[in-house]
Amino acid sequence: MAEPRPVLEMTGIVKEFPGVRALSGVDFRLFPGEIHALMGENGAGKSTLIKVLTGVYPLDGGTIALDGQPVRIDSPFQAQQAGISTVYQEVNLCPNLSVAENIFIGREPTRYGRIQWSRMRKEAAELVDRLGLDIDVTAPLSSYPLAVQQLVAIVRSVGTGDSDGAGAGTKVLVLDEPTSSLDRDEVLELFRLMRQLRDEGVAILFVSHFLDQIYEICDRMTVLRNGTLVGEHLVSELDQVGLIHLMIGKEMDQLEGLHEQQLHADVGEPLVKADGLGRQGGISPFDLEIKKGEVVGLAGLLGSGRTELARLLFGADQPDSGKVSIDGKQVSMSAPNDAIAAGVAFCSENRKTEGLVPDLTVRENIILALQASRGWTRPIPVAQRDELVAKYIKALDIRPANPEARVGQLSGGNQQKVLLARWLITQPKLLILDEPTRGIDVGAKAEIQKLVVSLSEEGMSVLYIAAELEEVLRLSHTIGVLRDRKLVAQLANGPEITPTRILETIASGEHQ
Amino acid sequence: MTTTPRLRALTQHHLFWPVAVLVVLLLINVPFTPDFFSIKMTDGHLYGSLVSIVLFGSPLILVAVGMTLVIATGGIDLSVGAVVAITGALTCSYISDQSDQGALAGVFLAMGIGLVAAVVCGLWNGFLVARMGIQPIIATLIIMVAGRGVAQLITDGQIITINSEPYKLIGGGYWLTLPFSIFVVAAVVAVTVALTRKTALGLLVESVGGNAEASRLVGIRSRRIKIMCYVFCALCAGIAGLMISSNTSAADGNNAGLWIELDAILAVVIGGTSLLGGRFSIGGTVVGALVIQTLTTTIYTIGVPTQTNLVFKAAVVIVVCLLQSPKFRAKVFGNKFGPGKRTKGGDTTSTAPADAAPTTTAAPKMEVS
Repeated sequence: MAEPRPVLEMTGIVKEFPGVRALSGVDFRLFPGEIHALMGENGAGKSTLIKVLTGVYPLDGGTIALDGQPVRIDSPFQAQQAGISTVYQEVNLCPNLSVAENIFIGREPTRYGRIQWSRMRKEAAELVDRLGLDIDVTAPLSSYPLAVQQLVAIVRSVGTGDSDGAGAGTKVLVLDEPTSSLDRDEVLELFRLMRQLRDEGVAILFVSHFLDQIYEICDRMTVLRNGTLVGEHLVSELDQVGLIHLMIGKEMDQLEGLHEQQLHADVGEPLVKADGLGRQGGISPFDLEIKKGEVVGLAGLLGSGRTELARLLFGADQPDSGKVSIDGKQVSMSAPNDAIAAGVAFCSENRKTEGLVPDLTVRENIILALQASRGWTRPIPVAQRDELVAKYIKALDIRPANPEARVGQLSGGNQQKVLLARWLITQPKLLILDEPTRGIDVGAKAEIQKLVVSLSEEGMSVLYIAAELEEVLRLSHTIGVLRDRKLVAQLANGPEITPTRILETIASGEHQ
Repeated sequence: MTTTPRLRALTQHHLFWPVAVLVVLLLINVPFTPDFFSIKMTDGHLYGSLVSIVLFGSPLILVAVGMTLVIATGGIDLSVGAVVAITGALTCSYISDQSDQGALAGVFLAMGIGLVAAVVCGLWNGFLVARMGIQPIIATLIIMVAGRGVAQLITDGQIITINSEPYKLIGGGYWLTLPFSIFVVAAVVAVTVALTRKTALGLLVESVGGNAEASRLVGIRSRRIKIMCYVFCALCAGIAGLMISSNTSAADGNNAGLWIELDAILAVVIGGTSLLGGRFSIGGTVVGALVIQTLTTTIYTIGVPTQTNLVFKAAVVIVVCLLQSPKFRAKVFGNKFGPGKRTKGGDTTSTAPADAAPTTTAAPKMEVS
């Protein structure tokens, strides 16, 4: 694998934020024709390194060289000109425009100042075709699922410089968590495209929290911890246990103990009862009972109605049939306020758009739910507020432990913890967690799962949604299986329940 | 020149640039009017350019303070100028119908009627925006256009003049040697600060403006909050309307408060509140309004030819907006006054005024009457 000269060499990279040294002297190199994983916990500096590379953040120290030549990258545009393209977790395209327009936006082929629409469509179709994708470039981007939109984003980034010779071709492709919302087939399609680009000589930097995916697709990996370089390894020479050890710097706690604990735990009286609750186009009417201290996991493919079910239980969407009672009292569920007043809390899977207020501080975000339930006329007394916030920052190990930090600056795992703190502070009876571990690192994942178990021991009921079946199986007392927007089965967890069994249930779509 | 940490901290303060611009504008006047900063005592009243700036700027400060809250929710209120006219028209026409225009009870009742009308306008705006989901710029455009018509209906298309000593006090009278309107402004600003920072209202407003969907899911009654902000904004405009009509002892449905909404929006932006909503600063808005009033005064004192007034004002506003932009400062001054240790990610609070600048620089061209 060892090519003589790396296409990209970053040396002694330093990046500081107020009070935080995000990167201290990190070296990183990337060879042409390889897929390189950047590994590390949340806050290890992965995103910062990528943002320095792609010109989002200015450099505080160190050098970047492309093809042996030192370069200055001051803006994402310059990075693109230099041949570094990036595709982020959230697709940054215009859904209302056609696929071809999205691919060529900002660099449309023109003649006499007019856009050559037919040439644009033809070139887009050729590009899509060459990359082996079956996409109609004239259809609006929004007519395709998220996964295809992501592929279009990649096509767009590697297509940079194809028309009118503006800029160099893509030498380095950065993929930041592209798989976090894709299902298995979609991931395979993405990997096929990645391999094709690799074979064409593109150097791909891949960030993912799914270790299995790293081992499936990557050739080499660089591990960061606390803003420093831990090491660079060939994937074939470092096993998963060794990798996790490098990432968190200590042996990982055995999560399996949690499973045993959950299987033997007792649950109490019924807390939440949903009768025929449903919503047209969201989820078919379902019955669900959640007992006190019980963890109910929801399993199902993406789009099977997991989130829709949760949103109905929280009043985030209005049900058009059925009723919900909590603690024996019927709740109207016409707005989140009703659910919150009845003791329900909901951590959305979309932390950024439906969870946090990025401009506000950690403290303000944490107290928001409690303050909202008290109304604007009764502010939480300052002393009590600071004490509560300090307590939860400590209990959940939110970093940086600075209540004045803007939440937008925190890493994904810490943002998730802020969101958890916000709801825990309200002492809910039912905590709904929609993909709480998505896009966060192994260490924080384990912490959150342990937290769920201890909350359930204290008598809090939890509705737990996760794409990873192992996670659902590990934590749940009962597992609701969803398929095609229907709750098709509710299985009591036990030794005989395995991921395979769940998958069979999803596939057959029947109660057994 | 080396930048010490203290100086850096000072230049990073959110009020630094608005205050700096204000000071520079004030100093520009000195060569033209050597006694610009002097304040004289005549007949037990304080006179001087500084006093006049605050006095004539009072209505703008009031309107801008209300506008700040609306903008913080992510909205905008174009109707404030019309509300100024309606309030003035109703109050003056009621007073002019009295046999004894100086009677306190009548004046209070008249003011009450005017302010209730303002509140009704605010409720209407809030209803359209928060309940009907109409875009704020469109929803408030309705009263902006129709309100002037209503004001003219009230005054029968005439300019109503009144002769009421008690009413004259609000916008033209003196108390404890200072113009009475300064006390009104101080009271409104103090109440606003207390209302937003001593209760949780400020936090909830910033949350609604910062992320509306997240705020809904956290249980904030954002519609109620928005309606409150529009009502408060209209109430502030109503008080400004009383002040303006009191100052001239007349209600002019056509011209009272004309284009004041644009000056107010500009004052809010100069004060550092983003037009995108979220974080807001009442102190910044007050400074922003003073900057605009000082600019208007300066145009007269340094003798800018009347026909170039608007161009001059626009030029200054562009400079002010550029100075507010961290990107511009970093480009021109290097790191000295630049963003410095910029915090991570899209620092929306500081970059947003810069992004908003183009929209608002367009405004002042139309605004001076």
